[in-house]
Amino acid sequence: MLALYLRDLKLGIRAGGGALTGVLFFLAVIVTIPFGVGPDLNLLARIGPAILWIGALLACLLGLDRLFQAEREDGSLDLLIMADERHMLALSIFVKCLAHWTASVLPLVVAAPLLGLFMNMEPAGIGASTLTLLVGTPAIVFVGAAGAAVAVALPRGGLLVSVLVLPIVIPVLIFGVSASYGAVAEPDPFLQPFLMLSALSLFLAILGPVAAAVALRFGAD
Amino acid sequence: MRLIADRLGGDRGSEIVFSDISFSLAQGDGLVVTGANGSGKSTLLRVMAGLLPVARGSIRLEDGGEFEDVAAACHYLGHENGMKTALTVTENLLFWQDFLGAPRLAPDEALEAVGLDGIGHLPFGYLSTGQRRRSSIARLLVSHRPIWLLDEPTAGLDKASERRLAGLMTAHLAEGGILVAATHLPLGVEGMQALEMEVL
Repeated sequence: MLALYLRDLKLGIRAGGGALTGVLFFLAVIVTIPFGVGPDLNLLARIGPAILWIGALLACLLGLDRLFQAEREDGSLDLLIMADERHMLALSIFVKCLAHWTASVLPLVVAAPLLGLFMNMEPAGIGASTLTLLVGTPAIVFVGAAGAAVAVALPRGGLLVSVLVLPIVIPVLIFGVSASYGAVAEPDPFLQPFLMLSALSLFLAILGPVAAAVALRFGAD
Repeated sequence: MRLIADRLGGDRGSEIVFSDISFSLAQGDGLVVTGANGSGKSTLLRVMAGLLPVARGSIRLEDGGEFEDVAAACHYLGHENGMKTALTVTENLLFWQDFLGAPRLAPDEALEAVGLDGIGHLPFGYLSTGQRRRSSIARLLVSHRPIWLLDEPTAGLDKASERRLAGLMTAHLAEGGILVAATHLPLGVEGMQALEMEVL
């Protein structure tokens, strides 16, 4: 399984610069917001966590449709499915998700503190937003894997993946933003939404790959 | 070990592609599957590999030993090569050896066996069509599987490479392996059973 993780990580970094695309998209979203809402620093600070989360969510969705597409095109997917007895397919998908997250989403989390400064956020808010992104973004990838598996055989599955995934990741967004606000807005709690976010990620880490495995098996042609 | 198909049938969507296919292959036996385009050769191989469901009948492995089902005992070489263009040939082969387990030949030895010694350091994407096909044949050699399912294995190969492939298939059968190959062209392997498929 380590071999699969390292191979996908290598491919994510080498082939097509998927990580950089996500970060640039994230940067573009964050940089354009102040031009849209005006130079009110208090307003920017107030909406900062939400904007960081929305930007990260949309950037996460960017490469998800390619999660299994390349595997299908070059025939590797057949071999991964056939190796089910040696490596449970759901586990292989879980590892692929981890590699995708490391190569394409972790850079977004690393960039988040810098982009938080653009939004005039205070250090506690930046820290909380970064932490919630670290914990919450894997959930988006795991759900995305199920969506990507459903759309793998379609020529332009990107839109379908987004349509399938967005409604399911809205709770992740809600709890992520709530926890981020909880760290800076006095009456709002941080721990409860953060724990809910963690629970969602853990739950979807199991459900997503299993659903993706079923979809890939039934979608094989 | 014995690979047995009993009145096997396969569908694509709601269309019946083939039905009533029966054969029995012991260790050292090979089967050449021929037939017109659309007769279900590739579908048969994909059903055997567990990539498509069995519509009717059964396909089973008897006395498989460590291998619990047909798919687990198979190497499958389809129309695509199962290799990543951004990785070197050696990186690709090392990955499959590690992932599939049961290591056999080292990547360099496997490449030498298919006549590609000295190109392991090149990205797979740099190779010609024939070299890509030979690299994917090398994948069969880096991990041990007793059953080889080959779909048009000679596609893109020159005459010398075809002869080399015939030698590898003959050696696999001599070692007690089982071989099922779908092809339009003669494989150059003696004593294989034949199955002619017809368009339904």
